Amino acid sequence: MITYRDAMREALREALTRDERVFLMGEDVGAYGGCFGVSRGLLDEFGPHRIRDTPLSESAFVGAGIGAALGGLRPVVEIMTINFSLLALDQILNNAATLRHMSGGQFSVPLVIRMATGAGRQLAAQHSHSLEAFYAHIPGLRVVSVATVADARGVLWPALQDPDPVLIFEPAALYNTEAELPANIGTTHIDRAIVRRVGTAVTAVAYGGTVRVAEAAADALAAEGIDAEVIDLRTLRPLDEATLLESVSRTHRLVVVDEGWRSVGIAAEIAARVAENAYYELDAPIQRVCTVEVPIPYAKHMEEAALPQTADVLAAVHRVVR
Amino acid sequence: MNADRAVLDKDERIELLRQMVRIRRFEEHCVQLYSAGSIRGFLHLYIGEEAVAAGVLAAIGPGDAVVSTYREHGHALVRGLSMDALLAEMYGRATGCSRGHGGSMHLFDARRRFYGGNAIVGGGLPVAVGLALADEMRKRPIVTVCLFGDGAVAEGEFHECLNLAALWRLPVLFACENNQYAMGTALAREHAATDLALRAASYGMPAWPVDGMDVLAVVGAAQRAVETIRGGGGPCFLELRTYRFRAHSLYDADRYRDKAEIGQWVERDPIPSLFAELCASGELRTDDLGRMEADVDREIEAAVATAESAPFESIGDLTRYVYTERS
Repeated sequence: MITYRDAMREALREALTRDERVFLMGEDVGAYGGCFGVSRGLLDEFGPHRIRDTPLSESAFVGAGIGAALGGLRPVVEIMTINFSLLALDQILNNAATLRHMSGGQFSVPLVIRMATGAGRQLAAQHSHSLEAFYAHIPGLRVVSVATVADARGVLWPALQDPDPVLIFEPAALYNTEAELPANIGTTHIDRAIVRRVGTAVTAVAYGGTVRVAEAAADALAAEGIDAEVIDLRTLRPLDEATLLESVSRTHRLVVVDEGWRSVGIAAEIAARVAENAYYELDAPIQRVCTVEVPIPYAKHMEEAALPQTADVLAAVHRVVR
Repeated sequence: MNADRAVLDKDERIELLRQMVRIRRFEEHCVQLYSAGSIRGFLHLYIGEEAVAAGVLAAIGPGDAVVSTYREHGHALVRGLSMDALLAEMYGRATGCSRGHGGSMHLFDARRRFYGGNAIVGGGLPVAVGLALADEMRKRPIVTVCLFGDGAVAEGEFHECLNLAALWRLPVLFACENNQYAMGTALAREHAATDLALRAASYGMPAWPVDGMDVLAVVGAAQRAVETIRGGGGPCFLELRTYRFRAHSLYDADRYRDKAEIGQWVERDPIPSLFAELCASGELRTDDLGRMEADVDREIEAAVATAESAPFESIGDLTRYVYTERS
């Protein structure tokens, strides 16, 4: 068994070993071992040249990652949590995402940015949001959300092979989860959604931290004799529309489970795509299970009430399946 | 301030004059083209500041990198981008240096290591730090020149980047074009401490002010800084004190400066100053400047003709270059 945290560290170790252009940079990644422990030990193994502690200067070190990528390196930049990433949004949007187009195709930015996202640890409103939709809005970025231990192990190398900027979102609540890794983990596709569980009665679409919520709901539904399909979007931009539409065309029902807020979010986008392209396949209205539209509160009972729970997914499925 | 005025031979000094004249005449033509509606968008003129581009970029070689701002026609021309490529870009043509995707504020040239053209004030500084980081990590003897204005000194990124570059001793030349105004806000209205070199020095890097109206002083300072950086001394900062004779952009009515102030700086215009010096030493004659301008005008007219007949990018290619095309 290996944890999500250790799987991500193995992925970093593999990348640092395989390609001398790869280096890791971010707040507390070196001496501290990463604020979530992901990079523990890597400083001793690879030295301060390639495991670089940065000042608390998100805009400068993310932008420096862009420059280093332009200069021929393959930087992996870690931002502690998604709320901090807003301090670097200028560099991510105005430089990383736009340089290629604005220069008429002359420059690409092969940069990987990793960050923790999501709630569930009672850290209140400035440490608990799921803002992936902000980034999925931006052309020029590839946005990947990692829901499983196997993907934590497999996502980094393909992200580093991508010639354009890739953002990897790691739900903080998953770092301690454990799973067996097969001997040959294969390649994590960063351009395709994955069907986590095959079903015929309803399609439950999720990503990141809500995949396990959807899977738990599917288990409960199976006990009721309702056969739910669970899709992990995995890549939020560009969206794998084909896998979604194919599934809905078989199940004729759609529930979207999204830890982001309902308004103007990923779930809204999924619902719109399906309504645009598979409206006549639907036997029931699309249901969205999202975070309540509040800044995430501290108290445990309130935090839980704000987030999509298994019971919410079950209720949504019951509304569309007779 | 001019302690290290460069000692250059006749041809080098004439070349500096020619570069400054090219920038000046090019932009004067741009004003006409803008008024005629041939080029659109924002047009930020560099007139008055030519000694900075000509002087700073004379101190580096073709392998070095340049990160620029939205007021970058002068930087691009000195860096070797052709007038054809610049004008076609401003005309929005496919033959422009950014295929018409960028316009006046986003000139790029990968071959000349010219990294734009950034319209976000201060936005180029982290990129320059990263380019220098790549060179430092690969042990390449390359300098990255990062040009930005006094307005950028007020941005958080300025402080983040100077700290990071000094901490990691990265080979960056921070070239601050202090033209005294952040758009319409005078230096003293935007900064609590107006000695910008002093503020940079507080991050532990060599930093000093330079007379940005004296191109030989700029060359000398830039050469000294580049030598320090190439020797492994870490980043340097130059505060190039200059002035733009025209408004911030062609949308700006320029109501925040008085004519007497502008007049005082125009008296120190870097082009006639250097020309007078070359005449006094007998290296040029009084009619040589006119000849030089006529040569540049012919270059511009040819570039205008080329741009006007150049093709537009196909609308079918609108979404090209958002992501790298995969084979």
